[in-house]
Amino acid sequence: MCGLTFPADENVLVGLNEPDDAGVYRITDDIALIQTVDFFTPIADDPYRFGQIAVANALSDVYAMGGRPVTAMNLVAFPVKDMDLAILRRILEGGIEKMAEAGVSLVGGHSVEDKELKYGLSVTGVVHPDRILTKKGFRPGDKMILTKPLGTGIINTAIKAGMASAEIIEQVTENMARLNRDAAEVMLNYRVRACTDVTGFGLLGHLCEMVVDSGLGLRVFADAVPVYPEARQYAAMGLVPAGTYNNRAFREAFVTFDDKVDAITRDILFDAQTSGGLVIVVDPGNADALLKDLRARGIPDAAIIGDVVSEPGEKIRVNR
Amino acid sequence: MGDIIDARGLACPQPVLMTKKALEGMEEGSFTIVVDSAISKDNVVRFATSQGCDTRVEEKDGEFHVHVVKGGAENTPGEEVKEAPASNIAVYVHSDRMGQGDDALGRILIKGFLKTIKDVDPKPRRMIFVNSGIFLTTEGSEVIDALKELEEMGIEILSCGTCLDFFNRKDALKVGLASNMFDITSALMEADKVVIP
Repeated sequence: MCGLTFPADENVLVGLNEPDDAGVYRITDDIALIQTVDFFTPIADDPYRFGQIAVANALSDVYAMGGRPVTAMNLVAFPVKDMDLAILRRILEGGIEKMAEAGVSLVGGHSVEDKELKYGLSVTGVVHPDRILTKKGFRPGDKMILTKPLGTGIINTAIKAGMASAEIIEQVTENMARLNRDAAEVMLNYRVRACTDVTGFGLLGHLCEMVVDSGLGLRVFADAVPVYPEARQYAAMGLVPAGTYNNRAFREAFVTFDDKVDAITRDILFDAQTSGGLVIVVDPGNADALLKDLRARGIPDAAIIGDVVSEPGEKIRVNR
Repeated sequence: MGDIIDARGLACPQPVLMTKKALEGMEEGSFTIVVDSAISKDNVVRFATSQGCDTRVEEKDGEFHVHVVKGGAENTPGEEVKEAPASNIAVYVHSDRMGQGDDALGRILIKGFLKTIKDVDPKPRRMIFVNSGIFLTTEGSEVIDALKELEEMGIEILSCGTCLDFFNRKDALKVGLASNMFDITSALMEADKVVIP
């Protein structure tokens, strides 16, 4: 939204002038509020699962800022004339279960009648003002870790097409419903320089947001990136969502692919994710220890996927 | 040149599904599918290629005409493609019983019905299991082997995903694929005949 002036006082630590995963506002020298909102249309057939995923997705922005979510408000759009209220109840039950798991208090909400069902949260978290993690602040040599596999956009398209197997549907649903809390808690024990979560722009789209105005570049090792094997199979069958193509078209100028990186891998690296993992940029001396710790906390897919380079600046290079 | 399929204005994965359907309905031949976005064009070309077909794309006034050719010596099939039966009959199993009256009798009859399909002609193209019908495709069913045999013959076996969830039998599916309402509705609409036991 170019040309708009956003109101902000001196306590806005992260605002729209440098958009990040969430806004951050200083309350005292020790406490800053993190605020974020996210909602979307159903991503799973099962209403309970959809509720869980919507909440895991909304809370993720707080974790990506290095914070702890504390309160939430429900946002509901529901076609009350055409749909059974029992479905809404199941969605909310799934959401509440996730909030309880995250230790978040539900303190309110708002619902409207709408033709299309939507659910999500407005979330408030807290963080120490000196410990905010943004998309900036990384240095040459830092390593990048990704905590969840890529491919949910493609697999969700295969699900819509009725071509996905029951096993992969379950696996992907489980992963989307999984909180990024454990990964966030683990990373706070290490020298982490920057963090973001992977959602609609895809991995490379979100990495582009990191390199813009940073003066530095990023290098991604495609073979090291965790990917659902089924996503490759479905992408080869043309089950690639429009969002993924759009991500590529929009950000391709920032990315240089090595010739050995095939077209399907390129799509997967741009694949729009729902409730994806965290990208954690960490001091190189800490990377192996952090990775080991993440895996020990039950995040088996976590992997070092690349590093920060000084040249070429403002670009992403993808090698095999 | 074969049929023309109009997939303009449709979002992914619909054009791919239409291509899939068209390919399933033919042994050999060609058709043209018209799409109005580069995204759909790429996806259709990919799908057809993955099914061992040749494609040629013409761009006309912002629309893409994708010519798909199936069969012929120069084709190297990508994945193994099962030949679907020639009929376009859908069997819609909406209960774990056949007929009304006595439930115990109904359960015996439905087993008999499903075991007999392999011996009759024409055979269905798809079999769709919804509501308590999914007890026939999940663990504990006595007709799993019979259904697997039908699947081997190229008959698509689909179980309603919402129903599997509802009965908490998502992990118990033993034959065919879990499906969704979009797929099930289109399968019923496009069928020449729907058989309800």
